Amino acid sequence: MNVIRGRVWRFGDNVDTDVIIPFKYKARTLDPKELAQHVMEGIDPEFPKKVKPGDIMVAGRNFGCGSSREQAPLAIKAAGIAAVVAESFARIFFRNAINIGLPVLEVKGVSEKTFEGDVLEIDLAQGVVKNLTRGLTFKATPIPDMLMEILRKGGLVNYLKERRLSQ
Amino acid sequence: MNLKEVLDSEDLTFSEKIISIKQEEPRSIKRAGEIAVVKVDLAAGQDGTAPLAIKIFEEIGGERVWNPSNILLVLDHTYPSSSAEISNLHKIVRDFSRKHNVRLVEGSIIHQVILEDYAVPGMLIVGADSHTTTHGSVGAFATGIGSTELAAVMLGGKIWFKVPSTIRVYLDGYLPKGVYSKDVALHFIGQIGADGANYKSIEWRGEVTSKLSISSRAVLCNMSVETGAKNAVVEYDVVTESYLKEVGRSPMVVVKSGRKAEVEDELHIDCSRLDPQVAVPHRVDNVKSVREVEGTPIDQAFIGSCTNGRLEDLIEAAKVLRGRRVKDGVRLIVTPASRRVYSEALKLGILEVLFEAGAIITNPTCGACVGTHLGVLGEGEVAISSSNRNFVGRMGHPKSKVYLASPATVAASAIEGVITDPRKFL
Repeated sequence: MNVIRGRVWRFGDNVDTDVIIPFKYKARTLDPKELAQHVMEGIDPEFPKKVKPGDIMVAGRNFGCGSSREQAPLAIKAAGIAAVVAESFARIFFRNAINIGLPVLEVKGVSEKTFEGDVLEIDLAQGVVKNLTRGLTFKATPIPDMLMEILRKGGLVNYLKERRLSQ
Repeated sequence: MNLKEVLDSEDLTFSEKIISIKQEEPRSIKRAGEIAVVKVDLAAGQDGTAPLAIKIFEEIGGERVWNPSNILLVLDHTYPSSSAEISNLHKIVRDFSRKHNVRLVEGSIIHQVILEDYAVPGMLIVGADSHTTTHGSVGAFATGIGSTELAAVMLGGKIWFKVPSTIRVYLDGYLPKGVYSKDVALHFIGQIGADGANYKSIEWRGEVTSKLSISSRAVLCNMSVETGAKNAVVEYDVVTESYLKEVGRSPMVVVKSGRKAEVEDELHIDCSRLDPQVAVPHRVDNVKSVREVEGTPIDQAFIGSCTNGRLEDLIEAAKVLRGRRVKDGVRLIVTPASRRVYSEALKLGILEVLFEAGAIITNPTCGACVGTHLGVLGEGEVAISSSNRNFVGRMGHPKSKVYLASPATVAASAIEGVITDPRKFL
């Protein structure tokens, strides 16, 4: 999981959890695949059909603001998105993403210089994001060790399972 | 680390103190930016987040919850259920609560239940709902988490936090007629922006704050999350003290922010200069004075939610609506925040006033605020709402629009059928 390479979908500032996955969908199912069929519908109703496994989302400030719904990162992950790179994340979304094993990287300046369809290469361990299309390199805000460990295990569930087994 | 020294320190903020003393292994003081593992006093979840948490709890192999009496489950977001699928999710929560002997409340909003029955100063509360910040209004440290974390807390009773830095907001002057804590909160969000306090702690202070009721303080702390805040707090004072006496509870520990503590920012808001405020579509930080949007036609007016569905809010709405009528063609939906609020409003005759004015009174639930039942907006419809979010599609169709305001402004707008300054009716 250390190096991720994928095609970019570009979003703006303040992408909220209601446009990522409206409550009416998350209220009725726990199935991530069903959630994925409506992901980002509030911004682009065609998005669930266009997104391909391994794609990367790039956004501006405050990505994932609003509700505490974990179904938001879950729907993004189930749609096949390999990582979300943004100028900044809303607090609960960031925690939830790490906990379900969706890599999220805070990268200052990335959103202005990255465009839809660009190819990014992300080195999670090094915290480096390269825009291969434009030959640019960005440094991500380091992820604390404890969270990196959770990500490496694929999320908090696996992390806790392993810890329980080892106890 | 000496507990009394931490509490008496003038150099530590509210959040630094409470996280330091709640640590699993309280060896050293934790300051802003440091990570700490803390013991939780109350963990809560609702029907939008608890079913997933329960599924994960079982996936991790959870057999027993850490402490049933420190967990609260609530069915509030879509209650009673409006579809078979939602009923199935509700069943998951009911079965879990029975199996693990965890209290389940059906048909009152989670944050109102916590305020009515649990929250006390010095408590550490986590809730799988972003508006958990509400409980800073009684001096608790309260913040929102996700479902996986709720599962982990139900299992182990602890969670990690990065200690937030602090912004102090002083509310100066006085509240003019027709201006409420909701207007102050909206004005503040408009000033600081939707991520203006991301990851931070907000300490609400000043002359106006000190005179606010617990319900009005709850509005400030509830809406604080719309700036990204991790938590918000109003310090324990005489208002908190008499409120606790009234409800028959006492503080776990009184935590006061140190006067000389290092904070990231200090802001002052002169409330006496404020007009009633409105957040216009589709952002909570897109805030204007009601005068700037006066005359905008509405289809629906909603009074309810964990933000403004309390008794105090229904009373303010009734003051405006008494002896008047909701405009033909406009739906005024009133959804009390809890069964207790409903019952008190009923006994005081408030519901009768609202009903006679033409309001639809629903059972207590999140209802229209989350756009699944009891007032879902259609394409192109416009609502004015006392709730907390006006994002695209929040209350229904992606092409509907939501304006956020105080209950008084919502009530006045329902009478005129267009967005209206409530002061003409006060």
